[in-house]
Amino acid sequence: MGNTLARRSRKWNLKRNWPLHMMLIPAVLLTLLFAYVPMGGIVMAFQDFKPWTGIMDSPWVGWKNFEKLFGQPDSIQVMWNTLILALSKIIAGLIAPFLFSLLLNEVRVSSFKRSVQTLVYLPHFLSWVILGGILLEILSTEGGMINKLLGNLFGIQPIFFLGDGDWFRFTVVISHVWKEFGFGTIVFLAALAGVSPSLYEAAVVDGANRWKQTLHITIPAMMPITIVLATLSLGNVLNAGFDQIFNLYNALVYDKGDIIDTYVYRTAIISGNMGFGTAVGLFKSAIGFVLIVVAYRLAYKFAGYRIF
Amino acid sequence: MIYRTNGYRLFTWFNTIFLACISLCCVLPMIHILAISLSGRDAATANLVYLWPVDFTFDSFIDTLSNRNFSRSLIVSLQRTLLGTAIFLIIAAITAYPLSKESYSFRGRSLYAWFFVFTMLFTGGLVPNYILIMKLGLNNSLWALVLPTAVEVWSIILLLNFFRNIPKEMEEAALIDGAGHFKTMWNIYLPLSLPALATLALFTMVFHWNEWFHGMLYNTDASNYPLATLLQTIIVQQDFTKMAINPEDMENISNKSVKSAQIFIGALPILLVYPFLQRFFVKGIVLGAVKE
Repeated sequence: MGNTLARRSRKWNLKRNWPLHMMLIPAVLLTLLFAYVPMGGIVMAFQDFKPWTGIMDSPWVGWKNFEKLFGQPDSIQVMWNTLILALSKIIAGLIAPFLFSLLLNEVRVSSFKRSVQTLVYLPHFLSWVILGGILLEILSTEGGMINKLLGNLFGIQPIFFLGDGDWFRFTVVISHVWKEFGFGTIVFLAALAGVSPSLYEAAVVDGANRWKQTLHITIPAMMPITIVLATLSLGNVLNAGFDQIFNLYNALVYDKGDIIDTYVYRTAIISGNMGFGTAVGLFKSAIGFVLIVVAYRLAYKFAGYRIF
Repeated sequence: MIYRTNGYRLFTWFNTIFLACISLCCVLPMIHILAISLSGRDAATANLVYLWPVDFTFDSFIDTLSNRNFSRSLIVSLQRTLLGTAIFLIIAAITAYPLSKESYSFRGRSLYAWFFVFTMLFTGGLVPNYILIMKLGLNNSLWALVLPTAVEVWSIILLLNFFRNIPKEMEEAALIDGAGHFKTMWNIYLPLSLPALATLALFTMVFHWNEWFHGMLYNTDASNYPLATLLQTIIVQQDFTKMAINPEDMENISNKSVKSAQIFIGALPILLVYPFLQRFFVKGIVLGAVKE
């Protein structure tokens, strides 16, 4: 049997398998055109590219665009901003759903549990344009709901949530957690659903109270998926979230809130610095590539995680 | 099991209240916006509205829907969502089916798989994509918004994992009855995968409805903007230069109550499909995330 399998695998068997190749043609062509052709376009990173001269005739400048990237104070600041924002979002984005799942796991009334889930999953599906519009409204210093509430309850002066650099970072992290923590609980709750009730029964027989059960059964049950998520998020340390930042930031907070993706958009598309923009983008893609590969290898090694 | 210690009962109370508060926090901003949009303009501008409309009126919704820029973008968004979802579903089905075969029965599978997976790991970046669309002359066209995102590798992997859980015996039986791959896919795999296909379709619809950046990047003419892009421009950036608007309309558009109505209409389709979405997505995500 093994022998026939091995022999069969060396043959293309086109008589039966030609439809399989046919089916893949559209996706292959689309991917070639819209993913691999742009990869060829990264040569622009080494040019002083102008759209009207094109890739063939734009002058080559060697590593000049990259020297500019590491030589300019504002582009270095952008990289720091990206790292700081992305890391804070990753850490807060892991802790919040973890704790929330623990609390939700203690709810015994299933209708209440389901209602909570319905409400907290919702913000994930709304776009940052909608949420940006809402946040601009409720965080406004001129009668926004949040500032009014803080003023009435604690007598706090209106806070420039989106106009002051440090408050901006805080707002970005909190609003990210607000949007995604509910959706993040899904994987944790799935892990908890797989815990055998007999473990808890045995713990009760041994005299463990609910806190001890959480500590020794529930939390260990959540650890494998937590490790996988933490490892995979390594691939995201340069993704600070273009959609969110772009819909919340303004010129007042560029020094603390501008990230690589928004910087590329502004320098390349708005200011027309195509070569430099490509170089910054390439830098991010290249680092991102290494990080993702490392992250998946680690996740496979430590937790046996595979995507397919 | 019921825990009858006083400490745990106290915890249960606090926990219930805490979870209820957090859940409300997730929807209160939306309700606030709805309340403003249903309020009179003066009350809205004076910040008198919290969670219940003041001087109840539908004026803002009527004004928004009768605005020509808005209705045109609404139609672009509907077209984009339908076309984008249709193309995506066809591509996902015919791509996931061959890739779900084992390497020993479909030679070349790994090569194809890596060809697609590599695009998840590395991209050319924003600028080359932008130049490509311009060079292809796809700017200001609906195709620029649906073709580049048509091959969504993550969804294809989800679907191929679903295909793999369908018993092999069914395919073998079909093979013995003389069915080729096209027949097997159409008559066996697709009907059995309807829940997975429905999930992916809903997610894609949400994606296309919400996507605003490509709409802004690839359209130089604001009359081709999808709704998400239009909202981004007039509400978030507050940039009216791209729209042909006379000063009176301007006054209407920048009013707080009208703005809220625009935001709410932008979110409405998501709120409408959400109950259907929720029934599927928990299953769908766990299916792809946890593999034995």
